[in-house]
Amino acid sequence: MTDPEDGPTFHPTRRDVIAAGAVVPIAMALPPGAAAQSPSVAAASGRVAVSLTINGTQHVLTIDPRTTLLDLLREHLDLTGTKKGCDQGQCGACTVLSDGRRINSCLTFAVMFEGRHITTIEGLAAGGTLHPLQQAFIDHDAFQCGYCTPGQLCSAAGLMAEGRAKTPDEIRELMSGNICRCGAYPNIVAAIQQAMGRS
Amino acid sequence: MINFQYVQATDVADAVRQTDGDPRARFVAGGTNLIDLMKMEVEQPTRVIDITRLPLRQVEPTPSGGLRIGALVPNTDLAYHPLVEERYPVLSSAIMAGASQQLRNMASTGGNLLQRTRCAYFYDVATPCNKRTPGTGCSAIEGLNRGHAILGTSQACIAVHPSDMCVAMMMLDATVHVTGPTGDRVVPFADFHRLPGDAPQRDTNLNPGEIITAVELPPKGFASHHTYLKIRDRLSYAFALVAIAAGLDLDGDTIKEGRFALGGIAHKPWRDPKAEAVLRGQPANAATFTRAADVLLRDARGYKYNTFKIDLARRCIVRALGQAARATPQSQSHKKIA
Repeated sequence: MTDPEDGPTFHPTRRDVIAAGAVVPIAMALPPGAAAQSPSVAAASGRVAVSLTINGTQHVLTIDPRTTLLDLLREHLDLTGTKKGCDQGQCGACTVLSDGRRINSCLTFAVMFEGRHITTIEGLAAGGTLHPLQQAFIDHDAFQCGYCTPGQLCSAAGLMAEGRAKTPDEIRELMSGNICRCGAYPNIVAAIQQAMGRS
Repeated sequence: MINFQYVQATDVADAVRQTDGDPRARFVAGGTNLIDLMKMEVEQPTRVIDITRLPLRQVEPTPSGGLRIGALVPNTDLAYHPLVEERYPVLSSAIMAGASQQLRNMASTGGNLLQRTRCAYFYDVATPCNKRTPGTGCSAIEGLNRGHAILGTSQACIAVHPSDMCVAMMMLDATVHVTGPTGDRVVPFADFHRLPGDAPQRDTNLNPGEIITAVELPPKGFASHHTYLKIRDRLSYAFALVAIAAGLDLDGDTIKEGRFALGGIAHKPWRDPKAEAVLRGQPANAATFTRAADVLLRDARGYKYNTFKIDLARRCIVRALGQAARATPQSQSHKKIA
């Protein structure tokens, strides 16, 4: 099963079993600045060290270089809010923010994010207050099954930071990397318009 | 995914050195295409050289009045760069016509040039593919070839190059700056990508160990009369069936110089000097544009499911040159085609 140092809970889950079958990560949550690591280089074992900040918490891990950022979040850090849809960059369910820019976490190796700041859906709300986009998605019923929603929200947060979308057409175009199989698109556009008006 | 050795390059010379003559070494920057292909085991690098820390992120005016674009400039940053929007709007438009904003945020300029085809047989390791495994045959020639090439094909391969950005760079007469084990060289854009011939496994004329450091645009950007028109199966986030970058230099209604390059129809961005010669000195109207289209498509050949592309390409050329002449470039967010 998963190494006890891996996370706060030690009850075996399906995820733990899958993770243990692949690689056993060494993960520690450290205060910011506590671990300034040298650039990662493949060791003889093939495992590599990486230090990155996720939702304001610095993590230092030793991982298989094949680990995608998405798998690092979900399988190694139990940040399962970020979803795996297609795992090919086609659906947007895995969208997170890297230094404030939206990216597909499935199409990148975690080890390449040395020193970067990642924001996931778990980091979007400030304290106990929902992000304006989260509130707007609730107000506009902008989801049904909810599987695409974390990616939609992170993508919309990136969209607002870019400041390029002004019209509904522009919102639709710049949100086209996020697929919603339930077809909640009209409500998603309305929710984003509301959040843009507020902030 | 096959395991690999991961290393970080500290500068361009180090990146070249790290390839160590290994044909299976790969540079990774945005990763949006390479990592996808590695998951499918179409690409099986033994060594992956992370070049994301190299100082190749500048967009700078050149002394001659052009623009030098560092190989690591992300697609979004390039499309939104003030000098690109002002002087080369067709390039901004082409970039925004491709992929999604998440992918454009990740994807690098150099990586965009090195994208591999989206032919489904290339991706499917259970099928023959001369590009993936030379000598096994082409599944597309007799297969589902609706998205495939109509110009420059060979018996070995009918795949198309998927980039939008490259189509605009081809039209703009860009040059590709590379560094390799034997030094630096500059490759005209038209000579960078290859036709499949009997070696479709080679997409470009890059030599082993060479790395793209920059793309340079000459001064002429066709900012007043240009368009990027992309026709695809859905209105956003899909590869082109036919795409075209067009630019006109007009004297009244007379064409002083006209250029157009097409995407989605060949193994490389397709441009034809003979077709552009038809435009020179002629009135900018549909009759002229149709004659130029007919010249460009004179050797076009359709396969079972993609013959429609010949007529679609002809109409796209006429439509796009008309958009450029009227100074009404295609919007990439408001999808109505004028």
